[in-house]
Amino acid sequence: MSALLEIAGLRIAFGATEAVRGVSLTVERGQTHCLVGESGCGKSVTALSVMNLLARNGRRRADKLAFEGEDLLGLSDRSMSRLRGDAMAMIFQEPMTSLNPAYTIGSQMTEVLRRHRKASQRVATDRAADLLARVGITAPGLRLGQFPHQLSGGLRQRVMIAMALMCEPRLLIADEPTTALDVTVQAQILRLLAGLQRDLGLGLLLITHDLGVVARVATHVSVMYAGEIVESAPTAELFATPKHPYTQGLLRCVPVPGKVQRDQPLGLIPGTVPRIGPGFEGCAFRERCGFADETCALTIPRHRAGPTHDFLCRLT
Amino acid sequence: MGMKRGWRQAGTWLGAAIVGVAAFCAIFAPLLVPHDPFAQDIPNRLLVPFWMDGSNPDHLLGTDPLGRDYLSRLILGCRISMLIGVTVSLVSGLIGITLGVLGGFMGGRVDDAVLFAITTRLSIPVVLVALAVVGLLGSSMLLLLLTLGLLLWDRFAVVARSTTMQVRRLDFVDAAWCAGCSRFRILTREILPNIASHLVVVATLEIALAILLEATLSFLGLGVPPPLPSWGLMIAEAKDYMFFSPWVIVIPGVALFVLVLGINLLGDGLRDLFGTRMRSDA
Amino acid sequence: MLRFLVRRLIVALLVALTVMVLAFVLTRLSGDLAISIAGPSATQADVDAVRKAYGLDRPLVVQFFDWMGQAMTGHLGESFFFKQPVAALIGERMSVTLTLGLTGLVIALLLSIPLGIVAAVNENTALDRVVQLIALLGQAMPSFWLALLLMITFGLQLGWLPISGTDSWESYIMPGVVLAFSAVPALTRLTRAGMIQAMAADYIRTARAKGLSRASILLKHALRNAAIPVVAVAAVQLGFMLGGSIVIEQVFALHGVGFLAWESIQKNDFPVVQSVVLVLAVIYVALTMLADTLNAVLDPRLRGA
Repeated sequence: MSALLEIAGLRIAFGATEAVRGVSLTVERGQTHCLVGESGCGKSVTALSVMNLLARNGRRRADKLAFEGEDLLGLSDRSMSRLRGDAMAMIFQEPMTSLNPAYTIGSQMTEVLRRHRKASQRVATDRAADLLARVGITAPGLRLGQFPHQLSGGLRQRVMIAMALMCEPRLLIADEPTTALDVTVQAQILRLLAGLQRDLGLGLLLITHDLGVVARVATHVSVMYAGEIVESAPTAELFATPKHPYTQGLLRCVPVPGKVQRDQPLGLIPGTVPRIGPGFEGCAFRERCGFADETCALTIPRHRAGPTHDFLCRLT
Repeated sequence: MGMKRGWRQAGTWLGAAIVGVAAFCAIFAPLLVPHDPFAQDIPNRLLVPFWMDGSNPDHLLGTDPLGRDYLSRLILGCRISMLIGVTVSLVSGLIGITLGVLGGFMGGRVDDAVLFAITTRLSIPVVLVALAVVGLLGSSMLLLLLTLGLLLWDRFAVVARSTTMQVRRLDFVDAAWCAGCSRFRILTREILPNIASHLVVVATLEIALAILLEATLSFLGLGVPPPLPSWGLMIAEAKDYMFFSPWVIVIPGVALFVLVLGINLLGDGLRDLFGTRMRSDA
Repeated sequence: MLRFLVRRLIVALLVALTVMVLAFVLTRLSGDLAISIAGPSATQADVDAVRKAYGLDRPLVVQFFDWMGQAMTGHLGESFFFKQPVAALIGERMSVTLTLGLTGLVIALLLSIPLGIVAAVNENTALDRVVQLIALLGQAMPSFWLALLLMITFGLQLGWLPISGTDSWESYIMPGVVLAFSAVPALTRLTRAGMIQAMAADYIRTARAKGLSRASILLKHALRNAAIPVVAVAAVQLGFMLGGSIVIEQVFALHGVGFLAWESIQKNDFPVVQSVVLVLAVIYVALTMLADTLNAVLDPRLRGA
């Protein structure tokens, strides 16, 4: 049986700049795959390109982009829109602006089920109310009749999650769903997502820059840097034996419980993500890497460190 | 992007060319006219223009119902249109910019009064009031200029007010305050130069609007007094013949349409030009 | 919201009052009205009689407050020429002008909303530029000239439509189209800009992520938000159209309020002229208030405020 989502050699370009340069990753059924990295490294566009939601000037190419074995690259816009919101759903970073201000929560939730399942308004409303309760919203009946501006950011994100679940998707893509929220609400939303993922058995592709989150919820982690996946490993393995200098640097920046000593200062990675122009060769991290030498400007091989653990560095 | 800019630039140049030709005609009208625009020649009335059979090479665009040379009247009409457009927007610009800058700069009660003036002005039906003034006082060029000038200042005021408000909050104005500059100096040295480009764009639009309004009033017989050849008046005088010889209204109408289009194209081009320059300054 | 409306109402009343003063002053500008009413062949005795009959011998302030007091109760004085109450004259002609204005507005919206959507969806393509060109051409078109061209083409040469009068609904087509032309450029640009802004919004991305059809994304989600300013401006445009209909009524011989005003100007019938100015100004102010209310109805965010 094929994997839920399989991406191989994905490249995304906006005009002359390549935002994503050959990303490969696999999301298995019932698994949480975390995609981590600094802002601007191409995480979000990777997610958007899976849903075919890139901005109009964005172009995607890939060796393989398959959902449950079905090729997504060759799919027409029409067939793709049949999949979106049904078998695969997405929630976004900006809960404040991601809901249409002109329509009630109920109207925006029910239209998903009406579109994909041809459900009656009554059935759709019942389902929406059930899901609102499920994501921890009290008085769902009241909320269904309200407009987005009457809800707080945390509530809106819960609505977004409930809306994504309307058609029982098998793949849920969450693009930094907690970044715009208060810290206390962040934890609630993450706990909710993890619980839903477990209970419903859905595949979750979670994009975040928060390694604390990753440690708690991920089955598998892919670390992105400047449009490439520099390391990919099962969560425990990544935290125990990070291979890539960038991963090591990231881990030093995060206070992981039990790992950080009281008297040790937190690390930091000097410098910023470089601009990658056309014809760029070698390791994109070499400018900021403590182990870099001249061979880092050559083509870098991908090494294996375990059955599902690989990394992109000349050091082994 | 490059293609879009090319397209826009072509429009701007076309507009500039049209306005340039019109300005040339307006300034040198007495030297350019092939005939006396007022000389009637009844036997040679309604001669057809050059592209039709039976045209007279002496009258390229034919003659009007009174036998006056159409090309000569068209050229002199251009002078009237341009004169009205420019003068009216000078008068209305003076009123509108003064009100707008005062409101935007002073704020508070003054601004309330300016906003009220703008609201009142917008509620007054322009064509009707202009017609009434000219109708009750008799038509003359000066009256027409003043009436339109007193009526068309609203857009100047709106734009001057909002841009002044934006500029007033900028750092260099604060710096001038701190340096102890007087209000008058800040208004004339710091604010006006920085809103001038917006006002130039408004001025082009107002010139176009004033030309159209003058033509409309003249068409209704309450604008430029005959026998002056305003394009609107030429259309009115030829109206009775339009079903048999449509060219009599087509020629002055096309002239009016092309001139207004040219001014608008130039205005749009200036807006783009100033817009990009302002962005690159920031 | 209530406070806002009360404030607007007070401003509206003040505007109406100011317009009354202006309209009154305007009609007194021409000097001695009694002379012009009595006609060129009148003797001094005739003029005095006219002056007394119309109350023109009283001080201007008294005349003004007399008119204002009457206007408050819906009486706008009596026409010199028609020898009828002005309110009745305007009332019986208003239906023609309103029909014309609404026809123009409907045609303008039917043209500019699809044009604006097409331009926005195809932003920066040839199609977009064609739409912008149409708006530019419409802006430069003198409405009276367009009216004459349409009369020649559709009235005379093709014979499809009547060229004057108000005998049938077809009489309103050409005047409506001409009137619509004045509003199409502004409404098209507004729709285009609103749609471009809406299509770039996060909620449209959400709508696409939900797998909604293209029609639903464009018309239900984007247009609904882009339409809010368009509807408000359309209401204001209707006010401008009613004021501008004087030209079109004259060209097509539609006997509406504009035509009445034009006739009255020719005949120095100042009670009619000042009242038409006042009525059109009040309608405009009412329409701007309607626009604000529509804004609040269409935008849920403003409703509770």
